[in-house]
Amino acid sequence: MTKKQKRVLYRILIAGALLLVQALVPDQIFLGERWVLDFTGEWVAPADWVSTGYTLYLDTLTPFLLYMAAYLIIGYDVLRKAVLGIVHGEIFDENFLMAVATVGAILLGSYGESVEVMLFYQIGELFQSVAVGKSRRSITELMDIRPDYANIEVAGQLKQVDPDEVAVEQIIVIRPGERVPLDGVVVEGASALNTSALTGESLPREVAAGDEVVSGCVNTSGLLRVRVTKPFGESTVSKILDLVENSSLKKAKAENFITKFARYYTPAVCIGAALLAVIPPLVLGGGWAVWVRRALTFLVISCPCALVISIPLSFFGGIGGASRSGILVKGGNYLEALSAARTVVFDKTGTLTQGVFAVAETCPAEGIHAEALLETAALAECYSSHPISLSLRQAAGIEGDGGRVSGVEEIAGHGVTAAVDGRRVAVGNARLMTAQGVDFVPNDHPGTVVYAAIDGTFAGSILISDQLKATAAGAVRSLRSQGLRTVMLTGDNAKTAQAVGEALGLDEIHSELLPAGKVEQLERLLTSKPPRSTLAFVGDGINDAPVLSRADIGIAMGAMGSDAAIEAADIVLMDDDPAKIALAMSISRKCLRIVKENIIFALGVKAACLILGAAGIAGMQAAIFADVGVMVLAVLNAARTLRVPQNV
Amino acid sequence: MQKKFKMEVDCANCAAKIEEAARKIPGVNSLTVSFMTQKMVVDADDGRFDEIMKEIVKVCKKVEPDCEVFL
Repeated sequence: MTKKQKRVLYRILIAGALLLVQALVPDQIFLGERWVLDFTGEWVAPADWVSTGYTLYLDTLTPFLLYMAAYLIIGYDVLRKAVLGIVHGEIFDENFLMAVATVGAILLGSYGESVEVMLFYQIGELFQSVAVGKSRRSITELMDIRPDYANIEVAGQLKQVDPDEVAVEQIIVIRPGERVPLDGVVVEGASALNTSALTGESLPREVAAGDEVVSGCVNTSGLLRVRVTKPFGESTVSKILDLVENSSLKKAKAENFITKFARYYTPAVCIGAALLAVIPPLVLGGGWAVWVRRALTFLVISCPCALVISIPLSFFGGIGGASRSGILVKGGNYLEALSAARTVVFDKTGTLTQGVFAVAETCPAEGIHAEALLETAALAECYSSHPISLSLRQAAGIEGDGGRVSGVEEIAGHGVTAAVDGRRVAVGNARLMTAQGVDFVPNDHPGTVVYAAIDGTFAGSILISDQLKATAAGAVRSLRSQGLRTVMLTGDNAKTAQAVGEALGLDEIHSELLPAGKVEQLERLLTSKPPRSTLAFVGDGINDAPVLSRADIGIAMGAMGSDAAIEAADIVLMDDDPAKIALAMSISRKCLRIVKENIIFALGVKAACLILGAAGIAGMQAAIFADVGVMVLAVLNAARTLRVPQNV
Repeated sequence: MQKKFKMEVDCANCAAKIEEAARKIPGVNSLTVSFMTQKMVVDADDGRFDEIMKEIVKVCKKVEPDCEVFL
């Protein structure tokens, strides 16, 4: 508890004690046969009790003084703020309302009621401030991946410095168990990094010399020496912290609705209270005190705090919980939009597929070994930097030509011809085979097909394709079961797109699109989506920035260390797991469900209190109790958003 | 120029009211108060930034006497 909260707690205790004293202590203390001490401090002889009218005096004044002491102790700050508010022209704030309600009660002679209302109000405020402070702390702690220090070597000794002070190109030392403080490249050592704080993924990532390390990960096993590549202000960790912190500044529609609502609600209830105090007595005649009291009950209910507090807290919790799972949401508005998504559009390469070409199948011609085919093709392509050549070399496990290759000739758009081990080899597409006059067997599997001919005779074909991500099918299934339309846009050929679409069970596929075509398709999807729903586009953030920004919600994946993706998207997935999209959806839905629950619950209880208060069934204590109770429950409910749903 | 300030504000409604009032100050281009992170982001005219900040603090105090802005 902060100092401020402690002070309020003491005041609550003192006021409570005074109320207790008031209830327990008799109005007069009997001191013997003849004298009695009354609370005005005068000695009164028993004989004079009745004759001087002291009994009456004692009965009213003593409790009054006790009540007033309790009232001032518990409520002086509310009164002060109410007066300041009026001076500054800020009427209709909660202090003003509480002050009017309680002073009104005192004027009606209900001292006890007045003190109790003020006491409940302060208890509620205290509870709220403690509960909110606590959830705020637990959320910020959850997101606290800020490194405290970096180790640099000074004259052979390790020295801890502020990560802010470390310059680019400096070497830092990261010991096992320490957090990587800055982005950099490993120059010495090997270790496994725990990236769970960034990605929510618990599988450690192996790094060795030459690999990049990202700040925020935890070094789990070996000592690493890392050359810093970015100053702290531009490091991944700073970017993430910035993003999450700023996310609470981008307010969701629901939040704005509530602030707007609060602006009208309070004055409306106050006017209602004024009417309630005046009109019924005039119409029905008499009974002013009854109706004024009911009107005061109205004022107590008119504080909009339960609503105003629980909504931002819910969003903040949702964003915090998501970031814990490696899903960074740039604002409550995006979380809100995501929950309304009915269409998810995927980019293919790098999003649903790994974006890495790999040999999927080798189909050697008769009399040729599969391995020999692969080796020959890889050797012929060994001077090319094309991704397809790379995948051939990787599959064959070849680095360099080993002096076996000569006379390499690259034919643009066709392939290569070369002499391998003295034999004439042609490796390329169907056009090359035709051009070379080779009688080949066409391979019509989806993907890129490489044909090879040795000495003019067909040797076989090799199928190279982009591999689907292991979780892609599950992610699409999960999204579809949540009732979303799944669409894939790709620049790849129709056959490949078809195969991917079928393997994943996508609803719609558009292939052979140029970047401008992707935007066009997206525009079309945007106009055809169900009304009041949103459309999310998922890409890797590298070459689809225009589409990302055009969609209602742009989701970029694989953002760990990629600034471009973090800039362009509204929601950023730290790793490149498509299953996180479904998880993000369920987080957003849960968050919005809680927001709606809170709005309906709080408004419902308020409405019930207003009706019961107007009818005279619920008194002021009941009203404040309900008000505080709703707030407490709403805050507790909001704290649920922090817990990420496990089963997607 | 955009700058971020730490602040202390007790209730969410007050944060909203502060935000609304401070946005009306001439020279303030945009201003957001986050109750959750207890921060205020101010974007105001470069030349008169300090002056505008003083004005903002004054308005904050007026709306919510208990609030505190750490300049």
